[in-house]
Amino acid sequence: MNDVDVREAITRVHHEEWARVVAGLTRRFGDLDVAEEAAAEAFATAVERWPADGVPPNPGAWLTTTAGRKAIDRIRRENRRDDKHKEAQMVYADDPPEPVGAIDDDRLRLIFTCCHPALAMQTRVALTLRMVGGLTVPEIARAFLTAESAMGQRITRAKAKIKAARIPYRVPAAEDLPARVTGVLAVLYLVFNEGYLATGPGTDPVRHELTAEAIRLTRLIRALLPDDGEVAGLLALMLLTEARRTARVSANGELVALDEQDRGAWDATLIAEGHRLVRERLAAAAAGVAPGRYQILAAINAVHTSARDVRDTDWSQILALYDQLVRLDPSPIIALNRAIAVAELDGPEVALAIVDRLDEVLAGYHAYHATRADLLRRLGRSRQSRAAYDRAIELAGNTGETAYLTRRRDQLR
Amino acid sequence: MRYLVSVIDDKSNPGSTDRQPAISAFNERLIAEGHWVFAGGLADTGTATVVDNRGGEAVFSDGPFVESKEYLAGVWVWEAPDLDVALKLAAEASKICDRKIEVRPFL
Repeated sequence: MNDVDVREAITRVHHEEWARVVAGLTRRFGDLDVAEEAAAEAFATAVERWPADGVPPNPGAWLTTTAGRKAIDRIRRENRRDDKHKEAQMVYADDPPEPVGAIDDDRLRLIFTCCHPALAMQTRVALTLRMVGGLTVPEIARAFLTAESAMGQRITRAKAKIKAARIPYRVPAAEDLPARVTGVLAVLYLVFNEGYLATGPGTDPVRHELTAEAIRLTRLIRALLPDDGEVAGLLALMLLTEARRTARVSANGELVALDEQDRGAWDATLIAEGHRLVRERLAAAAAGVAPGRYQILAAINAVHTSARDVRDTDWSQILALYDQLVRLDPSPIIALNRAIAVAELDGPEVALAIVDRLDEVLAGYHAYHATRADLLRRLGRSRQSRAAYDRAIELAGNTGETAYLTRRRDQLR
Repeated sequence: MRYLVSVIDDKSNPGSTDRQPAISAFNERLIAEGHWVFAGGLADTGTATVVDNRGGEAVFSDGPFVESKEYLAGVWVWEAPDLDVALKLAAEASKICDRKIEVRPFL
């Protein structure tokens, strides 16, 4: 095996085994810090040794064993001074097994710990990317445009809170599971959206490494909670969105709206997988299981991705799905998106009346002004349209979107 | 693991005043389930005196150390195995007291 193969193997093993190694160590040592640093040390040792010794037949087991030794060394080192050796040994020797939750998987426990409601949302995102995703602190800081030191502090404080406040390393009991899964999915969706519509000047319009990571983690949750409809829904939603990624940005970095996209460039494999998941959920809905918001959003995307040409889009089905979504989540942003479907069915004038009613709550939201601008343009009210584009451009944080909106504005007479 | 559970009231938008019977029943349950360590309601912040004897001579000043709309109205100390248990109880406590609750672990 040459060096390139070994490097690729290490990258793959890092992707596949990081969360498992950290999760196993957390259970054994009861400490996120110890687990994370020992896992990082074990991977560093692999990078040193594997090129010479070859990749071991069972890399996951090799890493777990190596990391376990590193963790014990570390605990011994730290405890020699204050003679807490015995206490440390208790942690990894005869620790009584924790009561098994609804699903017994170390990685799932790790995810629920990182996404605990007692942590701030941004902290949950950072901690999940670090502990479960194995991203480095600089990578996470870059993704969310924060200083590395601030991100490092955020993660350190979160780990300290988990320890001091005794946030349990546990999958919530069956009755608490749905509520807690919602929080986990919100974290993953946030990661995905930050990748999909990256904010900040000078940032690529799409951060593929983030959308890919969100999908990878959602697949993991899906494997661990195969019966959860919203998990399937979120995965389908991400896949159907990701499938359009390459068609969504033009060669010069401008966002391409859905109706202008080259549908031949969509990823057929991802679409097929997304559609399969949506069909699975439709079957469940037909059997009487009410779908949640991710499932409905996935279904809307399934309708879009089913149309070979934008003119074949089944807008009445999309509107029906939005009606269903509004009942579930009466947020103004959903109402705004619904209005876009209304425009296709009943014309821009009807849609504009709906959109204008959202002025008070959405005045600071770029998509509100972008939608208004488009409707006004279609109604031939160019001057007002231009003003709305101006406002949207001012508020948009995504470079590709700004470029798109600027072009649309400049096309107005 | 012990947690300090603070009951937070709001001067401009106070919680209801008829909570004592429900709180007593909740306390009975805390005792029965082994969570109870200590509890007590506090007199109004206007009754507080701040003492500062760091400068050689004790200075007594009238009123709480910080003036704010929200203030500490009472405390519990609970024994709970982990934060999830404490938070579950705190959610009930908030409803029963009709006030916000802060949960904070002892060192």
